[in-house]
Amino acid sequence: MPHNTQQLEDFVTQVRRDILRQVHKVNSGHPGGSLGCAEFFVALYQEIMEYSTDFNMDGKNEDLFFLSNGHISPVFYSVLARSGFFPVEELATFRHIDSRLQGHPTTHEGLPGIRIASGSLGQGMSVAIGAAEAKKLNKDTHLVYSLHGDGELQEGQNWEAIMYAAAHKVDNLIATVDLNGQQIDGSTDDVLPMGNIKDKFLAFGWEVLEIEKGNNIVEVIKGIKEAQQLTGKGKPVCILLHTVMGNGVDFMMHTHAWHGKAPNDEQLAIGLEQNPETLGDY
Amino acid sequence: MKKYTDTGKKDTRSGFGAGLAALGKTNENVVALCADLTGSLKMDEFKANHPERFFQVGIAEANMIGMAAGMTIGGKIPFTGTFANFSTGRVYDQIRQSVAYSGKNVKICASHAGLTLGEDGATHQILEDIGLMKMLPGMTVINTCDYNQTKAATMAIAEHEGPVYLRFGRPKVANFTPEDQKFEIGKAIQLTEGNDVTIVATGHLVWEALKAAEQLEEKGISAEVINIHTIKPLDKEAILNSVKKTKCIVTAEEHNHLGGLGESVARVLAENTPTPQEFIATDDCFGESGTPDQLMEKYGLNAISIVKASERVIKRK
Repeated sequence: MPHNTQQLEDFVTQVRRDILRQVHKVNSGHPGGSLGCAEFFVALYQEIMEYSTDFNMDGKNEDLFFLSNGHISPVFYSVLARSGFFPVEELATFRHIDSRLQGHPTTHEGLPGIRIASGSLGQGMSVAIGAAEAKKLNKDTHLVYSLHGDGELQEGQNWEAIMYAAAHKVDNLIATVDLNGQQIDGSTDDVLPMGNIKDKFLAFGWEVLEIEKGNNIVEVIKGIKEAQQLTGKGKPVCILLHTVMGNGVDFMMHTHAWHGKAPNDEQLAIGLEQNPETLGDY
Repeated sequence: MKKYTDTGKKDTRSGFGAGLAALGKTNENVVALCADLTGSLKMDEFKANHPERFFQVGIAEANMIGMAAGMTIGGKIPFTGTFANFSTGRVYDQIRQSVAYSGKNVKICASHAGLTLGEDGATHQILEDIGLMKMLPGMTVINTCDYNQTKAATMAIAEHEGPVYLRFGRPKVANFTPEDQKFEIGKAIQLTEGNDVTIVATGHLVWEALKAAEQLEEKGISAEVINIHTIKPLDKEAILNSVKKTKCIVTAEEHNHLGGLGESVARVLAENTPTPQEFIATDDCFGESGTPDQLMEKYGLNAISIVKASERVIKRK
């Protein structure tokens, strides 16, 4: 496992390459949000979570992670593979027929590391809360992490879950919102302004912590560790992770245009040039 | 013809409550979630005995289904409880993605199904839930007929690995299933032997089918009544063996004829031995307010309707 900053940054760079190459090969998928969350995933799986790659669905005595905004599967698959859950070569099958790497993550194909199907938005918070409640019943002190898109918070089920988690003191949960301000049709402010998300979580009774530099691996790790300190105190914890959609590939940054679009050959070449091979391509 | 005795009217939902309470004592992995209908679902006893394993989610069924899916990760066996409408139609996508597609061991327990919910009217009387649930790959669909069978089914589904939809109802109805009868998922129960017509019924219509069989006997018609408590997987063998003898069939359910038991039976027959069939079911319509008996009569879901359908189908042989 890498520990110094350079190693972690190299890991992130390789993940970006994996994301671009996965979506390019099949000419579909969601690179924008995936790129924006690369540091978050690397931090979780390389520095933060305790887990076994000898995958067991129950995940007892392990930290658990649930991806609610399942469309950013390319980053999830890359980090899972490079963390040892399945062979890195399998990334080449992303979105292809007979692959375990479905367009959106699923347990259906038995891919190690995936504990719930996601893609239809707004469901992951509830699932994470259920898993957190099961951990409490099992006297398992490990934590449950989840990731949600900011646009995804427009789904009403989130607010049922957010209300429940505070009311029932689900304080072994750290739910992170990827605040990139973009969704398919445009900026979140253009599509459906959500007001002050931090105030909303606070009003519902959560602890809220912001990571202003969500694409700085050191800051992300520091922020999640701070969030860990807030657990076990009677309140669920929310991290507002400020990221840039498309981060690391200049022409994909600060726009919703690459939410669900793959680069062509030329664009891929530019993206890869900006992210040189570090850990070895699959 | 074998006769059945009503040992005293009881509601099927109380059978669920009793089964859940029994499970609470024998299986520590069983947890229960409820969306503000603890009393209606008869979950009070489980709640009182195991407050740490009872999760009141409020009026938030989508969150309840998602939480139940999450609780299976950690080895729990969640039983969710609310009305059938809010257990299925309201949360279809949550069930589809987080439970069925994810292959989670969640037991969706649904009371107040169908017209017999009564006076609350059509907003609450779902007649489409069997169809919704049976279309989901991997989902087991059960509709029990009385208190004893509902209790037995509740206990049996805890032993079954995989998602289950357990449908039951509100009113007090005849209780005739032997108390000690083991519930076998997917195994139909032949209640009477007959040669002239097969009557395959589920849920509250099973007792009506037995009453119909008695009335038919008085007319010299011998009916074979089969209790199909499990709509999916369907006991094809029981159906095919019976129609081999009777050559005609009536299906009876408290559900729309589109998507219900009748269509599942028709498919089995069409693929194996095309057979005249009459459908006792609602005719692609919504219900309305009324007493359960009034509604079942108005919508043609009672013994008299089954008798008439039997006479019709016999003529079509």
